[in-house]
Amino acid sequence: MKRFRYMKAVSVREAIGIFAAEPGAALMAGGTNLVDLMKYDVSTPTVVVDINGLPLHDITEQPDGGLRLGALVSNADVAYDPRITERYPLLSSAILAGASGQLRNMATVGGNLLQRTRCSYFYDVQVPCNKREPGSGCPAKTGLNRGHAILGASPLCIATHPSDMCVALSALDATILVEGPRGVRSIPFSEFHRLPGESPERDTTLEPGEIILAVDLPLLPPSMGYSYLKIRDRLSYAFALVSVAVLIKIDDRIIQQAHLSLGSVAHKAWRDKDAETLLVGAAPVRAVFKRIADRLLDSAIAQEQNGFKIELAHRATVRCLEQAAAGTPQSQANKRIC
Amino acid sequence: MILTQDSTQIEVTIHVNGTPHAVKTDPCVTLLDLLRDHLQLTGSKKGCDHGQCGACTVLLDGKRVNSCLVLAISREGSSVTTIEGLGSIANLHPLQSAFIRHDALQCGYCTPGQICSAIGLMLEGHAKSHDEIREGMSGNLCRCGAYIGIVEAIEDVMESESSREENR
Ligand SMILES: Cc1cc2nc3c(=O)[nH]c(=O)nc-3n(C[C@H](O)[C@H](O)[C@H](O)COP(=O)(O)OP(=O)(O)OC[C@H]3O[C@@H](n4cnc5c(N)ncnc54)[C@H](O)[C@@H]3O)c2cc1C
Ligand code: FES
Ligand code: FES
Repeated sequence: MKRFRYMKAVSVREAIGIFAAEPGAALMAGGTNLVDLMKYDVSTPTVVVDINGLPLHDITEQPDGGLRLGALVSNADVAYDPRITERYPLLSSAILAGASGQLRNMATVGGNLLQRTRCSYFYDVQVPCNKREPGSGCPAKTGLNRGHAILGASPLCIATHPSDMCVALSALDATILVEGPRGVRSIPFSEFHRLPGESPERDTTLEPGEIILAVDLPLLPPSMGYSYLKIRDRLSYAFALVSVAVLIKIDDRIIQQAHLSLGSVAHKAWRDKDAETLLVGAAPVRAVFKRIADRLLDSAIAQEQNGFKIELAHRATVRCLEQAAAGTPQSQANKRIC
Repeated sequence: MILTQDSTQIEVTIHVNGTPHAVKTDPCVTLLDLLRDHLQLTGSKKGCDHGQCGACTVLLDGKRVNSCLVLAISREGSSVTTIEGLGSIANLHPLQSAFIRHDALQCGYCTPGQICSAIGLMLEGHAKSHDEIREGMSGNLCRCGAYIGIVEAIEDVMESESSREENR
């Protein structure tokens, strides 16, 4: 690990000031991703700004009936908060599908959003990586790419965003509240993470010096079905190969509304709102679910080793829609997929 | 704002198993290294140093965490419980005895982390069923594969604690 200075920020303004003024500064929340990347010298901050002293630790009711999650609330505290388990069980389920009990106690809302890809070439400073070292190349394209993107990749980068929480936030149409040198703004979830395009080094649309204050969850219509289905190489404590988050509202056997997001298939949680409209007005049956899965994946492109992920994502989409429609969401304790 | 200069040692006070320790350390020292190398408390193990195995699990202000991913300097004034603080040979912690009874270890390398994690799991209070305990303990790998005994030991202690509650 490279040597660094350590600072503990006591106010949001102060944290933004240091973060904007020091090009080598990194913010530290739970530290579970930052400290790990520093150990591999992938992240080499000159100053670590500890933001745990900032007043961003609360979950609060919003005037519109939604909830605001402070950026420093731990993943465990979000997942087990009764307001979340009752009103946003999809979010609770997705968080509990990720990492481990220990890590969820440490990890925060803001840190989870900004965790970096798990691409093994990104983690290895001995080899090129366009995300780590812009312009150096992408060994994943011709190397180990079994877990990599099947949607939205660019010739420069085929990395995926690894978060589970973000797949649920995407389906929930959350917004991210940020503050920077130029003030406070809200970013719709779909515009927060970006596709790699020409600049894979940028994961998000955050401007320099901006920090995350909170994530806002909108009020949902009552009694929406949901499920979070995560497929991985072992049943727990592993990143997803493919995951699916579904929210669905069905009245009189007709789908009124459906939100569907795919995880670990692209550089961001993958949502196609046009495709979702295909479901509205249809019956919640397998043939309909297959049609939307076809549509979601018709632009999928396989790398040498990850062609199986296209079929896997297709089947997981259909199964997750069935689980949500039947009111039998995937259990994150008993891993049997019914 | 607290600011350290490049690679200066700064003092951090952490209460470990009830005793305050003031240690001069570099900002890059993790809680795990502070425990093992500065305080010679080598019960907490370094399996991977990257949050991937759970061998370094300790209770930090009552919550289980991977101490290999915590910068010690960021935890001024906090309280840490390690395996050394749980029981003694003469007076084992109920989970320690249960691990022995249920043959929940072979080499023992993962055991301090397993036991600290199990205490954290029980304090959290969310895991009730066998499946939930298994899932809740998934952050602790055991290369010897003692998982069956580990889950049985935890169930055993949970049951005896809940029957004690009922008799109260
Ligand atoms: C072994 C292992 C397994 C894991 N498995 C999973 C899994 O299955 N699913 C999953 O989703 N995740 C998994 N994770 C990742 C984990 O969820 C993230 O590491 C965690 O959410 C990061 O949160 P943190 O608070 O610790 O972030 P930190 O490490 O503190 O920060 C991460 C990044 O976010 C920035 N940051 C943090 N807070 C803010 C803020 N408020 N404003 C601006 N920038 C900020 C930091 O500067 C840093 O760049 C795993 C991690 C490990 C180590
Ligand atoms: S040593 Fe900390 S998790 Fe492996
Ligand atoms: S007892 Fe050997 S690793 Fe668990």
